[in-house]
Amino acid sequence: MRCGLAVALLAAQCSIAAASTSVPGDPARGAAIYDRCTACHALAYNRTGPKHCGLFGRRAGSVPGFDYSPAMAQAKFTWNAETLDRFLKNPGRTVPGTTMGYAGIADPRERADLIAWLRQATTESPDCRRH
Amino acid sequence: MIARINPFAALEDIGRRRFILGSGALLSASAVALLAGRPALAAEYGKKKGADTQSDVRILNTALGAELEAIAAYGVGAGSGLLQKPALDLALQFQGQHKEHADVLAKTVRKLGGTPTEAKARYEFPTDQLKTQADVLGFAAGLEKGAVSAYLGAVPLFRERELAKAAASILGDEAMHWAILRQALGENPVPAAFVA
Repeated sequence: MRCGLAVALLAAQCSIAAASTSVPGDPARGAAIYDRCTACHALAYNRTGPKHCGLFGRRAGSVPGFDYSPAMAQAKFTWNAETLDRFLKNPGRTVPGTTMGYAGIADPRERADLIAWLRQATTESPDCRRH
Repeated sequence: MIARINPFAALEDIGRRRFILGSGALLSASAVALLAGRPALAAEYGKKKGADTQSDVRILNTALGAELEAIAAYGVGAGSGLLQKPALDLALQFQGQHKEHADVLAKTVRKLGGTPTEAKARYEFPTDQLKTQADVLGFAAGLEKGAVSAYLGAVPLFRERELAKAAASILGDEAMHWAILRQALGENPVPAAFVA
């Protein structure tokens, strides 16, 4: 009985934790957060960092004409909400040797907002439609 | 009178310090580790010191790349014919300060034994969207705002505390650029108590 209660409590805790990490991001707030990225990135063209149009579903380190760090060029993952969340939380820990010298975005809500905006902007924005 | 300072002055001998004192300390630590019968620990210690420097060099080179792009961007703005005095003078002054940042970053990378990033042969800017003085100033303000965020994100990553301090000094300068550009655009120059 006690064991059953413990399992039920654990399951409830897990579902609460899952709910808190799966809050959908707000792209409007994400747009403001993207301002932090604009020292090095643009949607439609390569700068100090690679362009973001077409980001979702693209293999990491694969924008043509961009000079990646060896670490990113050899990365073996594809950009999606999950990999972006992990990378944006701590770029240097996720891809050791990356030249993205940025501490990361600690707040999961801010990451979700930014990812929601990136999902829209990198496919639907006029800048990305032109390229 | 504003005194001209070099935020990296404390780092003037960092390369030498790491070479002389750093390697001395490394040897001592290695010797201690070897005496303790743990050569693997000694090797790991040496590897860690090298990794710290490489990490700092990577961060400095990314900042240098952004500074070189800013120099080019201000060059495009100043040469566009869209900027009138005193905005033109501001753009040239800010470009000069980005050149100072780039020079000192490149020197520091060399002192740490790295190879400084070089300016690209060609930069892409949204020149088709720059039709008025306000467009140019707005573009520059966006770059400066981004630069503030970039330095803010880089400061906690430096392994060498003096580098973090020097990067914060550049951050302060770029925040002033951003505020002045906002003022020139008729916007609130300091829209918030904190930057992100």
